[in-house]
Amino acid sequence: MADTNTETPRRTALHPLHVEYGAKLVPFAGYEMPVQFPDGVKEEHLWTRAEAGLFDVSHMGPSFLTLASGMRRDAAAHEEIAALVETLVPSDIKGLKPGQARLTVLLNAEGGILDDLIITRPYEEDRQGELYIVVNGAMKDQDWGIFESALASKAVLTRADDGVLFALQGPMAEKVLSAYFPECAALKFMECRRLELNGETFVVSRCGYTGEDGFEVWGRAAAGTELAGLLLDDPCVRPIGLGARDSLRLEAGLCLYGHDLAPDISPVEADLAWVIQKRRREAGDFPGAARILRELKDGPARKRVGIRPLERAPAREGTEIFIGGEAVGVVTSGGFGPSIDAPVTMGYVATAHAAPGTRIDLMVRGKARPAEIASLPFVPARYKR
Amino acid sequence: MTTYYTKDHEWIRVDGDTGTVGITSYAAGQLGDVVYVELPETGAKFARGDDFAVVESVKAASDVYAPVSGSVLEVNSALSDAPEKVNDAAQGDAWFVRVKLADAGELSGLMDEAAYTAFCEGL
Repeated sequence: MADTNTETPRRTALHPLHVEYGAKLVPFAGYEMPVQFPDGVKEEHLWTRAEAGLFDVSHMGPSFLTLASGMRRDAAAHEEIAALVETLVPSDIKGLKPGQARLTVLLNAEGGILDDLIITRPYEEDRQGELYIVVNGAMKDQDWGIFESALASKAVLTRADDGVLFALQGPMAEKVLSAYFPECAALKFMECRRLELNGETFVVSRCGYTGEDGFEVWGRAAAGTELAGLLLDDPCVRPIGLGARDSLRLEAGLCLYGHDLAPDISPVEADLAWVIQKRRREAGDFPGAARILRELKDGPARKRVGIRPLERAPAREGTEIFIGGEAVGVVTSGGFGPSIDAPVTMGYVATAHAAPGTRIDLMVRGKARPAEIASLPFVPARYKR
Repeated sequence: MTTYYTKDHEWIRVDGDTGTVGITSYAAGQLGDVVYVELPETGAKFARGDDFAVVESVKAASDVYAPVSGSVLEVNSALSDAPEKVNDAAQGDAWFVRVKLADAGELSGLMDEAAYTAFCEGL
């Protein structure tokens, strides 16, 4: 997980909290981030599924994209900003309802995925013509550069990664957070509001990266740090590091950019065709549409699948997949799932072998280990729909 | 019986020309929750410094290196069903293999407990 960037890592505003809670810090996406706390990865993982975990994701790329002419109160302003962004992504951004968030992908001209990101239309009437866009930490410079150069003079991108972005995930998240934001309890999965606390504005979205119910909260550095500290005082809440973040998202069948998603992989291959809504498929007006529409019609050559090793040995990223001695794919994420107490894996296989239940061999350290294609997710999602 | 340690955080407890090998409590603590241990076959031969076992935590797989040259007399098969023992008793019940030493002279290149403790404190 650690990256190889040797520059001095940046610290998030929550760094003092990481230290206070005894984090083991590692370089990640250009930041010094907690990989685990004294509880350890397994305990942090299980705690998040049972109670609530607080994840510092301030290293990610929260940003606001606004019409160069400014925000307005009319729906046409949303149409305008959405039309600009739709030149870069295949999702229906125009069709977002006020306060609705949507997962999408930035595409290159060949229909490959440059990043996955969440785009939200503001709920507030006076903020139409703005989009709240959160991209991956390791990709934010690339992504923001793409937005800025493609939309120059038409839209203004404001980077908001000098603030605090944290996720509160788990069955107790709503109870804990609603002590500060009573309105958050009424939000459904992938809904977002600007909420006030002691005169400070926070952007609160009901989403996450664990498969659990929960929220992601953006605020200014001082206010966000204070709120994170208060949440951690709740006995239901523990700080969670990158290690458990990875095992939680893998059990939930969620992709990690740079591993399960890459510039040569299309959203159809990634089993993310659902991010391309009907209107966009019919119009075919997004980068790489020729390849993507062809794959939607004829099926992709390879497909992202879940894989359950039938023995205890985890299969890590890069492990080759065989059927009867023939190479049919590769593992892109692999580890151990504490909630199912078994190894969990994702990878790409030739579409002919992608059906759940298909027996495969994983070549782990030169030995063929039996495994099975499995439906994703490995643990049922508990989103509040 | 004397216990020796390596800079890669393996230990070997020597009794005559046989030794019991495992990873140190310090290593287990650094790895975090151990979820899988892959051990060699009985009879396998290895040279000092060869990777002879793999220990996997939730996060990552790590090689375990042979502190001395030798051949495997016995493996701790209890670890296949209960790899978490490595976190509870790395320097006791959770030994990895018993080996027959090929060259007892190699032990002089290892650290004793005091030296290893000082080595870990410097990390």
